[in-house]
Amino acid sequence: MLKRISILFYLALFLLVIAVGAWAGDPTGAATLKADPGKAVDYVWVLVCGFLVMFMQAGFACVESGFCRAKNVTNLMTKNLLDFVVGSLAFWAVGFGIIMGTDWNGLLGSSKFFLAGNSYDVETYLSFFWQLVFAATAATIVSGAVAERLKFQSYLVYSAVICLFIYPVYAHWVWGSGWLSKLPFGLGHLDFAGSGVVHAVGGFVGLAGAIVLGPRYGKFDKHGKPRAIPGHSISLAALGTFILWFGWFGFNPGSTFSAHQLRIAVIAVNTTMCAAAASLTAMLLVLGKTGKYDLGMALNGALAGLVAVTAPCAWIAAWAAVIIGIVAGFLVVGGVYLLDALKIDDPVGAVSVHGFNGVWGLLAVGIFADGTYGNYATTAPFVQGLLFGGAGGGQFVAQLIGAVVVIAWAFGCGLILFKVLDAVIGIRVDPHEELQGLDIVEHGTPAYPEFYIPRV
Amino acid sequence: MKEIRAIIRVEKLRDVLDALEEKGHPGVSVTRIEGHGRQTGLVEQFRGREFKVDLLPKARLDIVCTDEDVEQMVQTIAENAKTGGIGDGKIFIYPVQDALRIRTGETGDLAL
Repeated sequence: MLKRISILFYLALFLLVIAVGAWAGDPTGAATLKADPGKAVDYVWVLVCGFLVMFMQAGFACVESGFCRAKNVTNLMTKNLLDFVVGSLAFWAVGFGIIMGTDWNGLLGSSKFFLAGNSYDVETYLSFFWQLVFAATAATIVSGAVAERLKFQSYLVYSAVICLFIYPVYAHWVWGSGWLSKLPFGLGHLDFAGSGVVHAVGGFVGLAGAIVLGPRYGKFDKHGKPRAIPGHSISLAALGTFILWFGWFGFNPGSTFSAHQLRIAVIAVNTTMCAAAASLTAMLLVLGKTGKYDLGMALNGALAGLVAVTAPCAWIAAWAAVIIGIVAGFLVVGGVYLLDALKIDDPVGAVSVHGFNGVWGLLAVGIFADGTYGNYATTAPFVQGLLFGGAGGGQFVAQLIGAVVVIAWAFGCGLILFKVLDAVIGIRVDPHEELQGLDIVEHGTPAYPEFYIPRV
Repeated sequence: MKEIRAIIRVEKLRDVLDALEEKGHPGVSVTRIEGHGRQTGLVEQFRGREFKVDLLPKARLDIVCTDEDVEQMVQTIAENAKTGGIGDGKIFIYPVQDALRIRTGETGDLAL
């Protein structure tokens, strides 16, 4: 107890030291507004979109708990809350500085930690808020892939590590003028709103987690045949998908970081077209296999389309969004069956939705970018993919390099993180706890105390 | 004295109870059960993967009546529980040795 109090004391002292740093920024915002009165509408645009992205946390919480069993709902809701809580603090302390701080050799940012000193400035705070809600999105994707069997304690450590390090480093490479953004092909590696930075990172860290954990009890029968473990609430899963789709109208159009680029209208339309095409494709594929209209896969399909269009949404026209969506539908259905065949248990389809389609979104930029939008600008140089000249496929090469790097980085870091955690504190709950459900053992609070839920 | 145990479709429960009440047989216990007879279950699916549901929800009625009433009771249940499709259920009849109404201490047919 004493030890804890003294830790809090030192923390308070540390915050005080940060607080008395010099201010060279514009904390009131008055000077920024005077210099450019048009900024007001940009601030409102970016903040409102950022609020929508934050609301996607609710969508993830609903999708994940809906697709899992009633005995683990408290656990999933707690994980979805706590990754935002722990992630916010970790991102404030270190993460944001690694993304947006002064570049060090194209690898890391090295300033703006704790938003201290000169960072007490409206422009920096705006950028911080935007980057924070994106980092938290990457963090929360993983909880789906590792659901129903990961120890809560390990999840807290994981949440801190992805927001302190794994996500910010890769985001710096793409969005913080790091080395990927400066590749000598096309306009460098481009990822408009984060198919790679956010979704592929979350998806492949999740894949690593699912592999290290192993499948849930009962996922494969004694002959190794995969079994369906139906989620407890298709209503929650559907509601969550609608919330995510809605939130994506902040995620993608908001990534212009400016309301003065009317391209936001194109981005909003592309976002919806791709999701619609992917959802329909996924539903039809399962219809062909089982003869039934499968809502669960149609929901996964919509999310897959949203992930795939996140990178290219600013650089393409609606017809391309539809094609990207159709491919996304094939990828998500194929991905779900492939992981089952490989004996990897991803309870909610997070790897297929975010991992595989995140990578597809990166490649799609290099194919479909039609030369009507530049590098987060409505002015030249414009981005051109393979189908539109694209100067010998340069942009596609940049996209391909980024795709390989994001898989290697996210999967590699995830594997190391979960292996180390497993060796140090153990990451999997014991078999009895898994059967009983994590709600009672880890939290003491069943999600539905007045209903009979089979427990072993 | 006989006990009638009827396993019927859940959606037919209301019809059967109404018909029994009309005939003037108030005493009945209902249990929600799961099971299957020749009808061996359904195939459901979740996110593209099919799985078999062996046990289907059914309603079980337990009624104790006098020997004279048995035939009429069984007929009433059978008529009202029938759809003609597989899964309509079954009725079993057992002998009962005795009965006792706890409130009054009456036994035998008087206790029913």
